[in-house]
Amino acid sequence: MNSAVAYIHEQLTTSKTFPRFKAGDNVTVNYKIIEGNKERIQSFKGDVIKRQGDGHTATFTVRKISDGVGVERIFPVSSPNIESVVLNKAGKVRRAKLYFQRTRSGKSARIKEKRVK
Amino acid sequence: MKGIIGKKIGMTSIFSPDGKQTSCTIIEAGPCTVTQVKTKDTDGYTALQLAYGDKNDKHSSKSEKGHFAKSSSSPKRFVKEFRDFSLEKNIGESITVDIFAEGDKVDVVGTSKGKGFQGVVKRHGFSGVGQQSHGQHDRQRAPGSIGNSSDASRVFKGMRMAGRMGGTRVKARSLKVVKIFPDKNFILVSGSVPGHNGSIVLIQK
Repeated sequence: MNSAVAYIHEQLTTSKTFPRFKAGDNVTVNYKIIEGNKERIQSFKGDVIKRQGDGHTATFTVRKISDGVGVERIFPVSSPNIESVVLNKAGKVRRAKLYFQRTRSGKSARIKEKRVK
Repeated sequence: MKGIIGKKIGMTSIFSPDGKQTSCTIIEAGPCTVTQVKTKDTDGYTALQLAYGDKNDKHSSKSEKGHFAKSSSSPKRFVKEFRDFSLEKNIGESITVDIFAEGDKVDVVGTSKGKGFQGVVKRHGFSGVGQQSHGQHDRQRAPGSIGNSSDASRVFKGMRMAGRMGGTRVKARSLKVVKIFPDKNFILVSGSVPGHNGSIVLIQK
């Protein structure tokens, strides 16, 4: 990364520490919602289907099935609106981008859990 | 007007405290040396001549060295003139990014990226033919008719056609100054700025 870009983010962006997660993991993202002047926290639970970009502009995409409809949300890693990320389950996958999940549903959309010995 | 010469570094995006993401461009601007002050009496108009970027002594001609010696500065690579400068500056003084403040609206002038020889769809935003069947064969991006037949009997001047695109002077107007870093000479403006990374830009207000 460009050193000037790194310097700017050092000054302006507050970095948070999340558990290490990758594509295939099941996570819960707790993010802030601002309605008028009220602020509350909503959570989004699903499988990470990709991590994209690097540095402070990186994002990750979480996919879940809500009432039978697939819903995807893209979260910027450095967004101040993300309260926390909880790693529920580590998945065992062979790809970095799980776009094939979009054409699957039900049993075939399950991701095997990675067991740590 | 006030202004400064700088170098486009690159783009990134930052978050505001309420979570809004804005894309912005980093420009390394100044410090510039005032190498000449033009006045109404001597030159017929008022302007400041600014110089930016060090240059090897070996590559400067004798006349250049003489000109820069007047402002007791080393030879510089880029020399630009800003007309009717709103700040009072004397010859030899330096201008840094702190002539601007956060929230200012500035114009950024640069040379746009060269695109080479381009057709009318990319160059002028023509919509193309719009369909592939009904005898279009291979002319989906053709310009179509460029004029009438006997009445006129010529193509009007300024008819938009294919040709060289980009590589021209472009001004991006009214960009917001997001942040200033005086110790690093960085200025952060919202949105994009014409030109390649590393190209010379003028920031004006």
